[in-house]
Amino acid sequence: MQTEWRSQLSRQWRKEASAYGFVAPYAVLFAIFIAIPVLAAFLLSFTFFDSIQPPQFNGLLNYIVLLTQDDIFMRYVLPNTIQFAVLVGPGGYVLAFLLAWMLAQLPRTPRTIFALILYSPSMTGGVAMAVVWQTLFSGDQNGYLNSFLLSLNVIQAPIQWLQSPEYLMTIMIIVTLWSSMGVGFLAMLAGMLDINPELYEAGALDGISSRWQEIIYITIPSMKPQMLFGAVMAIVGAFQAGTIGVALSGSNPTPQYAGQLIVNHIEDYGFLRYEMGYAAAVSVVLLFMVLLFNRLANKLFRED
Amino acid sequence: MRRKRWFTYSLRDSGMNPRGFHPSQLKFYLVLLPLAVFMLLPIVFIFSHAFKPPEELFAYPPRFFVVRPTLKNFTDLFARISTSEVPVSRYLFNSVMVTLLTVLASVVVGSTAAFALSKKRFRLKNTLFAINTVALMFVPVAVTIPRFLIIQQLGLLNTFWVHILPALAMPVGLFLLKQFMDALPNEMIEAAQIDGANDMQIYWHIILPLTRPALATIAILAFQASWNNVDTSAMYINDENLKTFAFYLSTLTSTTAGANLVAGQGMAAAASLIVFLPNLIIFILLQSQVMSTMSHSGLK
Repeated sequence: MQTEWRSQLSRQWRKEASAYGFVAPYAVLFAIFIAIPVLAAFLLSFTFFDSIQPPQFNGLLNYIVLLTQDDIFMRYVLPNTIQFAVLVGPGGYVLAFLLAWMLAQLPRTPRTIFALILYSPSMTGGVAMAVVWQTLFSGDQNGYLNSFLLSLNVIQAPIQWLQSPEYLMTIMIIVTLWSSMGVGFLAMLAGMLDINPELYEAGALDGISSRWQEIIYITIPSMKPQMLFGAVMAIVGAFQAGTIGVALSGSNPTPQYAGQLIVNHIEDYGFLRYEMGYAAAVSVVLLFMVLLFNRLANKLFRED
Repeated sequence: MRRKRWFTYSLRDSGMNPRGFHPSQLKFYLVLLPLAVFMLLPIVFIFSHAFKPPEELFAYPPRFFVVRPTLKNFTDLFARISTSEVPVSRYLFNSVMVTLLTVLASVVVGSTAAFALSKKRFRLKNTLFAINTVALMFVPVAVTIPRFLIIQQLGLLNTFWVHILPALAMPVGLFLLKQFMDALPNEMIEAAQIDGANDMQIYWHIILPLTRPALATIAILAFQASWNNVDTSAMYINDENLKTFAFYLSTLTSTTAGANLVAGQGMAAAASLIVFLPNLIIFILLQSQVMSTMSHSGLK
């Protein structure tokens, strides 16, 4: 009885062995560089860890400190992160959708050219291009933006764009939005082009009269899977872009914490102060924020 | 015989995916053209700035477009030895090697896994794909610290491999590949199995050739992630000899690194162009493949 069961198991194993062989390299790398780090962040967040002594369990202390004593986090980092994430995430997403919608209604050649132009900023890779932004937004009268605005008499004296708290966040948002028409945007464009044109004809017969109604009742429902993919990409992109403030201003913390996002806070505590346990707790909060946004996107677009 | 008048448009020219021009498209051009110009400005600037002679780089008032283009910035860049006595060509060589290997390996690792998840039957199949789908929302910067500790434990700090290995598990890549393969008919694979082909042969002779658009897309994503990557060199590498070109670019004007701002400007401009250009060329070459992959990108 048992041997029979065992031989069945081994036969099944032999049948599946090749499949596991094909998945194995990816699965191992995924485990090492994605799954274990996420798990480790959770575990470390309940410890005090300075990277020299072994981690010491301290319960929920990190979270309590984060919520009650971390003034910088509550006053700057959290509001900044929410502002940045909402404008760049959902904001960039709506922008990507509208652009894709307009592009889908152009003939093939102009569509390809426009899509390439809109996509190309996303190839520049935020941090590497900080050099270009530093030149354009340079704070003296030699800066390109300053010189342009001075010549138009819009401003009377050069502005320290990247060093002044009033402007840094705005510039971060514009720069990130500029480079956010990436994979999600292309997916939505492709999804829109794949919608069966008969649906629109049927819709017209059913009394859909305006373009707006067409978007709400035909376009979006017919491409929900791409809408969801685009949303996930937009959310991830918004949180992933968090290092741009430090790259632009050249310092962590950013001037008067004006561009301080949760990602910078993690690096500040993890790599500058070596409070790894605390930094891990902040990471966990960040992961939950991403999860929350994604739940929302799933509610909106998941097909069931 | 009736001649077709120039102002007759077919019904297929308005609405989604039109074949030709229609006046209803004018309003879109009206919005898209200025926007495209605005989006393009920084990119035009990268090109124009890289060829400016010193007097134009620091001209007052500054000029957006180059007037007397020169290659001086590029020759300066490659003649320069960094503060730690590493020639610039070394950084570029590292970047090329790292990117090539990352692209190749992530295509192999991603496509083998996608083949199993799409076409094979095994018990963990659905669980693994579900985990990968959750990981689409993974934000690598969130786990910088545990990642650092793991890389340290594995002894990968300060090695060439730390550029490559962490980049290979790319949830978006696996997701796109798997979705693309799902659309391939199973009959072909069954026919090959009847003819006695093993999984390796099926993967090599049937799956890979038919998945080319998706492979091109993964290649582009891996290329961009790897070629533009600054963080790996900054965080995991101490040895200047192992750092990459994108990282070197980021140090050229950084004041914290004690770089000479004035001398750095021109070289940074040239280096920016060298970083950006390959991205653009590869995407232009492969854009139609990317679009056909994206049709399968839906998250159901």
